[in-house]
Amino acid sequence: MTLAIPFAQVGKPSERLGRLEDRARIPLPPPYHDFEEPPLPALSPDIRARCECSLDDTVAVSTPRPATPDAEDAMVKGFLAGLDKLFSREDNWTFLEPLVLSMEHCTKCQTCATSCHIFEESGKNELYRPTFRSEILRRLYFKHRSGGSLLSRFQHGDIDINWTTIARLLELSYRCNLCRRCAQACPMGVDNGLVAREIRKLFSMELGIAPKEIHEKGSMLQLRAGSSTGMNPEAAHDNVAFIDEEMTEKTGIKVETKWDVAGADVLLMHNAGEMLSWPENPGAFALILEAAGISWTLSSELCGYDAVNYGLWYDDAQFARVVIKHAQIAKKLGVKKIVIGECGHAHKSMMVIADRILTGELNIPRESSLTLLAQIVDSGKLKLDPSRNDFPVTLHDPCNIVRLMGVVEPQRRVLRKIAPRFREMTPHGVHNYCCGGGSGFAIMSSHNFADWRMRVATRRKFRQILEAFQDDLDPARPKYVCAPCSNCKGAIRDILARYKAKEKVGIRYGGLVELIVNAMTDARPGFLSSDE
Amino acid sequence: MILIVLAYLALVTFAVAVALRTLRIARMPVHLRWELYPVPHEPHAAHGGSVFEELNWWQVRPKPNRLGGLKVMAREVLLLQGVREHNRQLWLRSYPFHGGLYLLGALILLLGLDAVAAGIKWNLGTAVAAITTVVGVAGFALLGIGALGLLTRRLADSALRAHSAPADLFNLVCFLVVATLGLVSFTVVDHDFSHLRAFARALLHLNPVVLPTLVVAQIVTGLALLVYLPFSHMSHFFTKWFMYHSVRWDDQANRVGSRLEATIQRQLGERVTWAATHVGGGAGRNWVDVATAQVKK
Repeated sequence: MTLAIPFAQVGKPSERLGRLEDRARIPLPPPYHDFEEPPLPALSPDIRARCECSLDDTVAVSTPRPATPDAEDAMVKGFLAGLDKLFSREDNWTFLEPLVLSMEHCTKCQTCATSCHIFEESGKNELYRPTFRSEILRRLYFKHRSGGSLLSRFQHGDIDINWTTIARLLELSYRCNLCRRCAQACPMGVDNGLVAREIRKLFSMELGIAPKEIHEKGSMLQLRAGSSTGMNPEAAHDNVAFIDEEMTEKTGIKVETKWDVAGADVLLMHNAGEMLSWPENPGAFALILEAAGISWTLSSELCGYDAVNYGLWYDDAQFARVVIKHAQIAKKLGVKKIVIGECGHAHKSMMVIADRILTGELNIPRESSLTLLAQIVDSGKLKLDPSRNDFPVTLHDPCNIVRLMGVVEPQRRVLRKIAPRFREMTPHGVHNYCCGGGSGFAIMSSHNFADWRMRVATRRKFRQILEAFQDDLDPARPKYVCAPCSNCKGAIRDILARYKAKEKVGIRYGGLVELIVNAMTDARPGFLSSDE
Repeated sequence: MILIVLAYLALVTFAVAVALRTLRIARMPVHLRWELYPVPHEPHAAHGGSVFEELNWWQVRPKPNRLGGLKVMAREVLLLQGVREHNRQLWLRSYPFHGGLYLLGALILLLGLDAVAAGIKWNLGTAVAAITTVVGVAGFALLGIGALGLLTRRLADSALRAHSAPADLFNLVCFLVVATLGLVSFTVVDHDFSHLRAFARALLHLNPVVLPTLVVAQIVTGLALLVYLPFSHMSHFFTKWFMYHSVRWDDQANRVGSRLEATIQRQLGERVTWAATHVGGGAGRNWVDVATAQVKK
């Protein structure tokens, strides 16, 4: 545990406000209980000189330092203008009520702190306390609103309004996975996850500042090229054709993905990252939907083959643009519903957040693939042999699908039928822990940020995975982490690789559909071969 | 008479402040969905599930389990279940504090009952007076113990101290003063709360009464705290309803042709003035304009 950071320090220039101290952290379970963590690679002097990185030992946004005091003042003025907009009905009707309630009602009891995996796994580092960034915003807001009156300082506390404070607040908003486990623990209903998201939004929508991985190379690239992977429609076609061939060869079942079928029952939308990183996932979907006799299609329209929506994490305008594109594509095709593949944030974007953006003809029904898969498995349309999955399986609950939209049981219903050695993590369901890749972390890797993520944000998930398999750590016997979400899979892939968990414990990972195909008796055995 | 006027002024200020703050929140625009599961009125709440677990969920109109929501709220109000579950050390201090406040609420009701009974010449007997005394003493004692516990914890824990604004400490001191004055007054001059009863009767019948200084001080500090409450974050005693029902549990789906949809369409017409280039706000553009603008390739 580090010492509490006085808020008077936040606006005082220094090299760092705090440091990540490895010695304060809880050891991992066996076989990593005596694992010597190498130190976090230091940021280069060049980066430290060029970018705003005075928060801690890493940097997520890489904001250039303002060159002159005047440039600093201009940034502060811009921030304050954005702060006004954040609390206005016109510019922020989207989240005004929850934000105001969270700003005005925190009792600062710190009940939320122990529910945060980042705070806990950092050795209770005060920088990462969920209330820390919220309290900075709260103090800035009330001070700015009241003109720094004595009454306001008495009621809400004081803080320096300067570029140092603001630059640190920006970085702090990217030390939170937005998993909202802290909000679940708050007796008042205060939502520090929302506050982090709204800080990101202020910077993006007013000052145009956001990590390039989620803005320039994320939502902007998706709107321009069709996918945040950079894949254009032709490349998507080619990739899927290759996946179909591979699936056919591997399973012995002819797989042929259909594109742009007007009037299909289902428009399936994957996270396009699956096509590149986990091609067996869209392949397995195609095989299952065909075997179940579902009328389905993919779309080759720009954005239609990529369900991701990074705006969810940082920008309402980008969010709305992407989701409207998705709905327009579905409308044009005349499908009965959009089914979202195994991607957590795409689930929440399309089904929950977009619910109050899409109106009239654009309000196309949207459904979770997990619900559809459970129905397919329940229907008996697939011949399944659970003994093909006779190895330990545990389930990761993606926050966006489970805690934030209540899809808890369908995936479990499937696993109980196809995985005889399924065991839950602790805790699980709506009380799960984030994979550590949430809110863009899984794709953010500038400088040493990915390293920070793995040693702090993803560490709790790795701990849970190890605990779930403690009854058999023999690497010769395979284990499977079922993670029905692309970002979660990315985070889990990285952490398993970092600790060589496949070699040391035999832990593999993948989605739900891969397990279903592995159990299908019509398919050749060994779809999930042990060398994968 | 001054005390009676002050009391009515305090009550009116409290009621108006609560009403205005409630109205301010109630009139906020409909926000995007941001619920957090478990949502207790969902039929699948036992495992934290939602209607999204149903195939073709938009064709399903589940009957909300109102009782489920009430049960959770009752546990939250009566047992402070959230704190109990997630922060037992805090609960050990917060529960007596809130329990004391509930008992003092009951004391006010009992004093009111006595004043009404006196007006209509209804003899309540000695039992109500005895209950009033027990409830009052227990209320002040628990409030004092809780406030002292919360205050010392806030001062002793470096993180709590660092996050506290002066008002956070001031609020607890206020409650401690009210509780202490209540107990001192009971011990020194008002052993059976007869003076407080006399004040309640005077208040209801606008019939001034002479009270010991200590009781006057007790009443004045209590009234001052009452006025202060709705202006502080302690207003959660009524705003928490919004935090739960209007955010955390608000899973109302937007159906085509619904009133909700009409509200959203109206709000999509709000002007956008966000200044970042990629947003393309300003120049009278609204949310629809911004959201449907083509991004340059």
